[in-house]
Amino acid sequence: MLCCICKEREATVHLTQIAGDKMQKVDLCEECAKTKGVNDPTGFSLADLLLGLGASQEIEQASGGAEVKCPRCGFTQADFKKAGRLGCPDCYRTFADALEGLLKTMHKGTRHVGKVPEAMRQSRDLAERLKTLQKRLAKAIEQEDFEQAAVLRDEIKQASAQLPGPAKA
Amino acid sequence: MDIHEFLTPPAEMARRKGPYDRIVMSSRVRLARNLRDAAFPGWAKKMERVRVMEMIVPAVQALPDMKDHYAESMDNLSTLDKQILVERHLISREHAAKSAGSGLVLNRDETLCFMVNEEDHLRMQALRPGLQLRQAWEAIDHADSLLEKKLEYAFTSELGYLTACPTNLGTGIRVSAMLHLPGLVLAERINPIIQSVNKLGLAVRGLYGEGTEALGNVFQVSNQMTLGESETAIVERLEKVLAQIIEHEEDARATLIEKKAKMVFNHIGRAYGILANAHSISSKETMNLLSLMRLGVDIGLFPGVDRALADELFILTQPAHLQKQHSEKLSAEERDLLRADMLRERLKHVSRPIAKPNPPGGAELDKPQK
Repeated sequence: MLCCICKEREATVHLTQIAGDKMQKVDLCEECAKTKGVNDPTGFSLADLLLGLGASQEIEQASGGAEVKCPRCGFTQADFKKAGRLGCPDCYRTFADALEGLLKTMHKGTRHVGKVPEAMRQSRDLAERLKTLQKRLAKAIEQEDFEQAAVLRDEIKQASAQLPGPAKA
Repeated sequence: MDIHEFLTPPAEMARRKGPYDRIVMSSRVRLARNLRDAAFPGWAKKMERVRVMEMIVPAVQALPDMKDHYAESMDNLSTLDKQILVERHLISREHAAKSAGSGLVLNRDETLCFMVNEEDHLRMQALRPGLQLRQAWEAIDHADSLLEKKLEYAFTSELGYLTACPTNLGTGIRVSAMLHLPGLVLAERINPIIQSVNKLGLAVRGLYGEGTEALGNVFQVSNQMTLGESETAIVERLEKVLAQIIEHEEDARATLIEKKAKMVFNHIGRAYGILANAHSISSKETMNLLSLMRLGVDIGLFPGVDRALADELFILTQPAHLQKQHSEKLSAEERDLLRADMLRERLKHVSRPIAKPNPPGGAELDKPQK
């Protein structure tokens, strides 16, 4: 088995990390293990190492070898391979497919849980409220309850006026 | 203003108290944030980085908690200044390497520190002495909530806060504590602890974070995963793990005193001997020996000596802090001589460790005698 970093020397150091129900494995040669600080348990973390290794490969596979480039900032998969970092917030959309697998191995989940910026939360709540109102409006029209429909229409108008950007209703 | 006039003197810093500070030296919560309409710092051109900095710095300066603050662009700080900030754990080593287009904003009591254009546009951290993860989280959460009104963050409801490195995606949070664990190291119980902490998905690192040695028996424990778990859940998980590590450390100390007292006293006595009498000493050796002296204070071998002395010397003897006290540029050898001079001077009135711990000082270790 060859070392998964230099891909030249025979791997003699085999590491397995189990976090929760996820198992990650790395095979390294002695030299790469040394440079990555594997022998020093205090300075070493498998996830850091895996990130550098896995990320670029995943992206390469997902793209089927074709050059994927972020339309906004011009960042490419080759850049990602080199830096291990993305170019701009839009890169998350550009490289979405490739990142999904990577995120799965790296994190607890693939969907954000936790803090949401207040403005975002408000517009999300508002969007949800609009949806409900529109459903009720459709129902009222169906039942030919035009009085109720008029009330609902006004409410929708009011709510969509609060939405940032062009009104969507 | 000069950064050195702004920074709290090490003597004062070392006297700050917090819960469990026998073992937990400090708590920290860091959030990573980016602006929606700019490339991440590592990819952005200098002009764009400057534009980002000009948007972020005033917003940070306007925070009520930052009324009295220090703000500077990294290119206006000397290498020595930056190194001092690293030794104080206020900025990362990565940030110290930055120059034009990156900046720093620090509040008066050094409990809030904002790094602009480090790996992300904004890295903000709250620091507290002792074990105060929740308080640190609340402080930084508050600052973040005020900032989001002025700055348009890169955020999506699926992936959360978007960060330059996918490892920070989601909450962008890193919750960490710096622990002094000489008992576990001396009892040779540290490795299994590190391994089991790793298995819980938490990272254990050395004194200066990623890829550094555990100098002075100081370890940093932090979360690694940031996506799919809420901030409060992460804080709670770390609190639980830290409570266990604290228990293990206390237990290791108690067991050592009970079963291998001579070995422990020998280590501490020799540490004192060298620190108080050496004429040349490296910073690494100093840290390792000060750690033993700190342990000696904890278990009552140095009656009348405050732990703050060890903590103060821990800061003062580091290379950049030592250099700062001398106007001429020092070589490593010269620093070792001056470091030893300082230690001999500061420990002149500290009596050598007593042969047996005094009960009041070592109260926590009072086990019923058989």
